[in-house]
Amino acid sequence: MNLTRSMNLYRFIPKAKIRHWMMALVMIFSFGVNQSAFAQSIDATPDGLIKNLVNEVMNTLKTDKEIQAGNINKVMALVEAKIVPYTNFQKTTQLAMGKNWSKATPEQQKQVMNEFKTLLIRTYAGALTQVKDQTVTYKPFRMDPTDTEVVVKTQVMNRGDAIQIDYRLEKVGESWKVYDLNVLGAWLIEAYRGQFNNQISQNGIDGLIKFLQDRNAALAKAK
Amino acid sequence: MKITGFISRKGLQLIVLSIVMSFFVGCASIPEGQPRSKKDPWELVNRNVFSFNESLDKYVVKPITQVYEFIFPVYVRERFSNVFANVGDVYTAVNQLLQGKPKTAVEDLTRVIVNTTFGIGGIFDVATEAGLEKHSEDFGQTFGVWGIGDGPYMMLPLLGPSNVRDTVGWAFDLQTDILLTYIDNIPVRNTITGIRIVDQRSKYLSSTSLLGEAAFDKYTFIRDAYIQRRRNRIYDGNPPLIDDDDDIPDEMLEKEESRVR
Repeated sequence: MNLTRSMNLYRFIPKAKIRHWMMALVMIFSFGVNQSAFAQSIDATPDGLIKNLVNEVMNTLKTDKEIQAGNINKVMALVEAKIVPYTNFQKTTQLAMGKNWSKATPEQQKQVMNEFKTLLIRTYAGALTQVKDQTVTYKPFRMDPTDTEVVVKTQVMNRGDAIQIDYRLEKVGESWKVYDLNVLGAWLIEAYRGQFNNQISQNGIDGLIKFLQDRNAALAKAK
Repeated sequence: MKITGFISRKGLQLIVLSIVMSFFVGCASIPEGQPRSKKDPWELVNRNVFSFNESLDKYVVKPITQVYEFIFPVYVRERFSNVFANVGDVYTAVNQLLQGKPKTAVEDLTRVIVNTTFGIGGIFDVATEAGLEKHSEDFGQTFGVWGIGDGPYMMLPLLGPSNVRDTVGWAFDLQTDILLTYIDNIPVRNTITGIRIVDQRSKYLSSTSLLGEAAFDKYTFIRDAYIQRRRNRIYDGNPPLIDDDDDIPDEMLEKEESRVR
């Protein structure tokens, strides 16, 4: 009833014309949407970036025969090529080292960062070799256009368990870089902070570098 | 919980006593020169329990889990996991209600109903596929939501990382567990409990070796991650910032404060 009455409002305009207008409107609108979506690369938004990276890496992991057979070096290469360009390891290391960062010389800082990076890439690659039939879902994402720090939340379904994996990103210039990772509710930087502090209190910064070098060498050999 | 099925009560007491003693006189020690954590006043005992757990895992739990994975194909293991997860959803729903979240409680209960019926007793997790998100709540978290502090960190024998509050919570979880409390046939109950432990372990079989690779010190890593993780879960994934800024360099403090959780 209401519908027919409201339709009557337009009774002076021929029906065909309304249809044309509406089609034109729809076309303009959808064109506009498409335009803006194309103009702005998907990597420009933090959630778009994460979705892209995760999808790409997951697809490679699931289809690559050598990776499926457990070739960790190949996974490490994949991480280096696809993920590392979108990370800020200096910030990760700096925050994990806390107060000790400013006590280290620039050369020491660089060494710690490189060794820590190698260790994390290796561990991350090791985790990725476990990927079989897991699916990733993305939690609703909201941000203000002025935000320079955001968290993108995802969930990996694994045998009846939902594994929370979140990414913390920072805007550097025009692009977003990941600098912290949350697995099962624990942020990487926070989980490493105590360990960095312990190592440095016990053996100093050079001791820490030596420890990391030894660990990385042992892991590379164990392969 | 009755575990005195096949060992006499006296014998069990003796075993438990000797294990407990070993935690105090054991060989693990706090690494020299390491600053002490405020959250972990019982570190010496905890480290001993931890090394006991590590050995127990290495020589008993892990080998059994590997045999389990060898016998049952992934498909079968997944069915077991789902059944246990479905039972877990009942407690999640109860705890959601206790935490004053009736809406999520209903969601979790819907999961149980859907999975028990369409998922044939929970062996298929159709609820997740239908878009009903899985949560995980326990009494430890409920106590946390009620404002009870976590107390000192504790490494429990067999069970792993905990704290005083979560240990009490765990005792409540156990008391109300249908798979333990309402099954009277002892062999059946023991079998279910056994599969449950192995199922849980099997989920983390590969990640524990990764943990050993990634950690500078496994004990510290597990402790700090546990403390953070429990806090995160009590706040359902959105914990407020901690004021503990001692470790953060001054030049980064300002940024720290604006970090989004």
